[in-house]
Amino acid sequence: MNETPAKAPRPKKGNRRKIVLRPMAPIVPAGNIAGRSLMFVISIMSFLACLTLGAVIMVQDTANSWQSQISREITIQIRPEEGLDLAAELDKARDIALGFPGTTGATIMDDDATARLLEPWLGEGLDINELPVPRLVIITIDEASPPDFASMRSALDQAVANVYLDDHRTWVDRLVAMANTTVIIGLCVLALVFTATILTVVFATRGALSGNQHIVEVLHFVGAEASFVASHFQRHFFLIALKGAVAGGLAAAFTFAVASFWASNSLATPESDQASALFGGFSMGAGGYVGALAIVVITAVLTAMTTRVTVIHTIMEIDLIRSDPARSI
Amino acid sequence: MIDFDNVGLRYGMGPEVLRDVTFDIPERSFQFLTGPSGAGKTSLLRLMFMSLQPTRGFVRVFGKDITTIPQQELPKLRRRIGIVFQDFRLLDHLTTFENVALPLRVRGREESAYRTDVKELLKWVGLGDRMNVLPPILSGGEKQRAAIARALIDQPEILLADEPTGNVDAPLAQRLLRLFMELNKLGTAVIIATHDLSLMDQVDARRMILSGGRLEIYE
Repeated sequence: MNETPAKAPRPKKGNRRKIVLRPMAPIVPAGNIAGRSLMFVISIMSFLACLTLGAVIMVQDTANSWQSQISREITIQIRPEEGLDLAAELDKARDIALGFPGTTGATIMDDDATARLLEPWLGEGLDINELPVPRLVIITIDEASPPDFASMRSALDQAVANVYLDDHRTWVDRLVAMANTTVIIGLCVLALVFTATILTVVFATRGALSGNQHIVEVLHFVGAEASFVASHFQRHFFLIALKGAVAGGLAAAFTFAVASFWASNSLATPESDQASALFGGFSMGAGGYVGALAIVVITAVLTAMTTRVTVIHTIMEIDLIRSDPARSI
Repeated sequence: MIDFDNVGLRYGMGPEVLRDVTFDIPERSFQFLTGPSGAGKTSLLRLMFMSLQPTRGFVRVFGKDITTIPQQELPKLRRRIGIVFQDFRLLDHLTTFENVALPLRVRGREESAYRTDVKELLKWVGLGDRMNVLPPILSGGEKQRAAIARALIDQPEILLADEPTGNVDAPLAQRLLRLFMELNKLGTAVIIATHDLSLMDQVDARRMILSGGRLEIYE
């Protein structure tokens, strides 16, 4: 306040301040509300798409594991009968089964194991010999080259009394049908999410571009070729989409990591057991991460392509006015 | 360079805004286009800039009928024409320097190759100390001068200017007029659409007067 204007330094005559230019700004403005909104929309959609993909992969893995666990074993049942030496019949059945190629092991379920199996229904302290309970031989098989079940069934029928071979086929078929249905439903949901993502990206990009139409127009009028204008906008929106899609993909991977961490930290609790039974492990696997990466890339490329098409369409629209003056009003 | 032959123009089902307009713009010529508001001056300029097509008649620019020019050829032809829009059409996110350099930038030239030329032109139009300023901060007159500099930067063969002195004071209007005349001496054909009678009185140039959609020419 004490300084008077007379004391303020004045530029000397002929010693004018040199103007330093800033680095050339990009032709398409770096950031605006439309661009940020687009990035946000893209990140949400890619998050949902990655999440759906992960869920589908998880369901498919779980279904495969159910199927594999059940089809890895077959069971030979022998019903007791008055005067039948059950232990000898069980040994005979086991030996016949082991004689077939494709059989990897056979275990006779002893009295205690059989009693444990019936415990939920008949209670503890059960004497298995007092009841006419069928006895089991559990046969493990090579899934890749299973034994010939028809021949095994015929051999058992001829040599063992009261025998029944259960290859779990009915169960496996039902389970396969259920698993396939679950996976098909998952794929349909994935297709819907993908379609929604594509449409959202296309419309959000067009919306963001409409705010920049005046730039397209000016560039066009100062003699820029359509490809020049399109490439600038394309690069700009590709980067926006890539940032958004990467953020969405990382968020989905993080969600799976957190779910997996929760599952591994709450092992043997009722919640975890229930979740594991339904969904298996909370892991997308390598395929899931490759799929998420593909979603990120597809989203970014799709945005860039939409931008290019929209810009070229806008330029064509500007030139179309030439042939129809009524449209310019 | 530009030929109009019996040109008529109407917007939609409205009345004809231009009727039987016939004239030519010779090389290195200088002319004013004038007439009352709504007479069709801007429409005539748009026809010359190939951003409109006539409803009837023929318009030839650089010897080509503008109704038959393929779309991909338009940018190359427009590069030969400088245009000053009435509403300036500067890009708000670019500085004055960047706006003026835009036509050279879209032609793929390096900044180092044109930096001096742009600076000199900006100094000439009185914007030497406003190079780093964004358009929203510029006054109406400054925006107009920036728009003029952008149209002139690549020394076009034809300059179309829509009310180029509408927002500047008389001394600056005179200075801009001198700039247009110098450009004309260098070989550019100049067409200035204006209401400003005092501006027209300063130059002994052809006057094209639009009235009721018809054009009268006073050589």
